[in-house]
Amino acid sequence: MAATNIETWQSATVIEVIPVAEAIARIVLEPSLPIKAEPGSHIDLMVQINGESVKRSYSVVEAAADGTRLVISVMKAPLSRGGSIFMHSLVPGTRLEITQPLQNFPLRVGAQRYILLAGGIGITAIANMAVVLKRLKADYTLVYVGRSREAMAYLGELEKLHGDRLEVHIDNEGSSLKVPELVGRADTGTELYMCGPIRLMDAVRRGWVERELDLPNLRYETFGNSGWYDPEEFIVRVPKLNLEVTVPQGRSMLEALEDAGAEMMFHCRKGECGLCEVRVIELAGTIDHRDVFYSERQQRLSTKMNCCVSRAVTSATGAKADAAHTGPAIITIEPN
Amino acid sequence: MTVVSATSSTTNKVLPHPLNAWYVAAWDHEVTRKPMSRRIANRPVALYRTEDGNAVALADACWHRLAPLSMGKTLEKDTIQCPYHGIIYNSAGRCVSMPAQETINPSATVPSFPIVERYRYVWIWMGDPTLADPDLIPDMSQMSSDEWAGDGLTIHAACNFQLVLDNLMDLTHEEFVHSSTIGQEELSESDFVTVREGNKVTVTRWMHNIDAPPFWLKNMRDKFPGFEGKVDRWQIINFEAPSTINIDVGVAKAGTGAPEGDRSQGVNGFVMNTITPETDRSSHYFWAFMRNYALDSQLITTQLRDGVHGVFGEDEEMLMAQQAAIDANPDYEFYNLNIDAGGLWVRRILESMLAAEGRLTPSA
Ligand code: FES
Ligand code: FES
Ligand SMILES: [Fe+2]
Repeated sequence: MAATNIETWQSATVIEVIPVAEAIARIVLEPSLPIKAEPGSHIDLMVQINGESVKRSYSVVEAAADGTRLVISVMKAPLSRGGSIFMHSLVPGTRLEITQPLQNFPLRVGAQRYILLAGGIGITAIANMAVVLKRLKADYTLVYVGRSREAMAYLGELEKLHGDRLEVHIDNEGSSLKVPELVGRADTGTELYMCGPIRLMDAVRRGWVERELDLPNLRYETFGNSGWYDPEEFIVRVPKLNLEVTVPQGRSMLEALEDAGAEMMFHCRKGECGLCEVRVIELAGTIDHRDVFYSERQQRLSTKMNCCVSRAVTSATGAKADAAHTGPAIITIEPN
Repeated sequence: MTVVSATSSTTNKVLPHPLNAWYVAAWDHEVTRKPMSRRIANRPVALYRTEDGNAVALADACWHRLAPLSMGKTLEKDTIQCPYHGIIYNSAGRCVSMPAQETINPSATVPSFPIVERYRYVWIWMGDPTLADPDLIPDMSQMSSDEWAGDGLTIHAACNFQLVLDNLMDLTHEEFVHSSTIGQEELSESDFVTVREGNKVTVTRWMHNIDAPPFWLKNMRDKFPGFEGKVDRWQIINFEAPSTINIDVGVAKAGTGAPEGDRSQGVNGFVMNTITPETDRSSHYFWAFMRNYALDSQLITTQLRDGVHGVFGEDEEMLMAQQAAIDANPDYEFYNLNIDAGGLWVRRILESMLAAEGRLTPSA
């Protein structure tokens, strides 16, 4: 409801595009209607894919105090449908359509202690919060987790800025994060803000619940959610509408159904609200639930799914989607 | 036409209000376990106390369908429940329960505003919470000091907050608006000194060897029974941004050294005023009259409160009429006189705060 969630579209000029890590570009934008960007805010932006405008969300990594410069960072995702490739091909002077900063992940001022946890490109949602907490002289630890040093954007800058408050864990250097140890450091006065791969965030959430800490003190940004499995192409059948639609790797089931002319209900399009829920009638494969609307119990039942983010995969074992599958998953649904 | 520049404009008739500043949201006793609603700086705010007694301010509109949380009820610890579909929020404005589903939507929050209780008031910060430094709360220490006694009330004034500040920064109006109580012609005749320092402005006026007006004669007689004779009278107006004006007022037996600092032969009061913008055209005007004599007389506390209440009713009437005339005459500008110096410094300070927020715009 906050005013910062009202989408005000404006044009923006690309000022600079520079690489900051393996496959990650830092993009500086000059918006035409600048407003202050709060920590945790993001912008929606129109990318061009095969001549079509598609909306993508990017965290504001840093911003001028008056909002006249906004910095985002984009990772070139191999499985993307083309949005990140478009972003990486931008050159200074290009005009883009963007929203004014939107807020789904607000930083609350006044907690006793903070843990900020960033996994990979998730640092984009966290970096600005750390800057504000430093300015407020708050008690915070910034935990930054990555595969390899080369893949971690802004590492050098963060080390300089946050000194001892920065804690780095790097898989290929043998210093991987031990989640129980991290969660073990939280107490009732701690707020933990995180953005990263779903496995990491899920492990933290489990640890948080186990320790019986207050769930509202665990904050996370969801729009960058990855799934439990790599996205695969799958088939969705809708007998009621006499439809059979192929959902390609880089497109959501909701989008594919809309493309095929189905009139779908939705609101958030990022797995939070539960409005795009469809009933699952038959399933050859497994559902990769990527939403945060269902409880674990509901996800296990798999009688429904939120089609804006969740997908079907071939493997029925629940283990990592195996490469040697026999064909695409097929899911039969009834829309709401 | 009006030309506005960040440093020199004082030609706006009414001003928007700075947001990065502390305003009084309520008297401490107004905020209870039963939520209340108050519009502050154009935004409806729900105010309540937690089980532990801490004051909380949340945006008064539920995240779901914008139902006013102030119509809901407070629950255990620091929580409040929306009256419509039962979403429960904690004091940080975060959803802790969504009755209709098994999980909590991570976006479910309402804005929560920084709050500090001080000087018998609940102060609120409506702007950027990362700038809310409690040290910026204006000094109103007489409100909660053992050396001062008194009480006050709230006026709902149907005018822009700046008009109230103008009113308090220039007390020559007393001769005309408050002729039966505190007004006297020496007010307009006597000289005054205006000093601006940072975000403070002081206007000092002394009237020597005059007759005490009825209000002050009564106060003198409360302390010095049967007092007759001339007095030296003072008014020292202290403004502190964004909108607090504490006026050091009093009279002392003429020639006993009050102007030089010995006030022992007189009575001293502090008129404590702090103005909270409600909308661009209305204000919550919190005031109190504190005195430093007859501290244990509840009778005098009540008499003074009721007396000042009557005086301020006269201001309220004038301010409403002035705002209506401003709105009815959009093409006419203000003319600034020598007596407006204090009020114009206040406007300078507010305009520079607004400019820093990027919110200084010409207005009617
Ligand atoms: S549209 Fe909100 S969960 Fe899918
Ligand atoms: S409006 Fe508050 S719960 Fe629906
Ligand atoms: Fe007055």
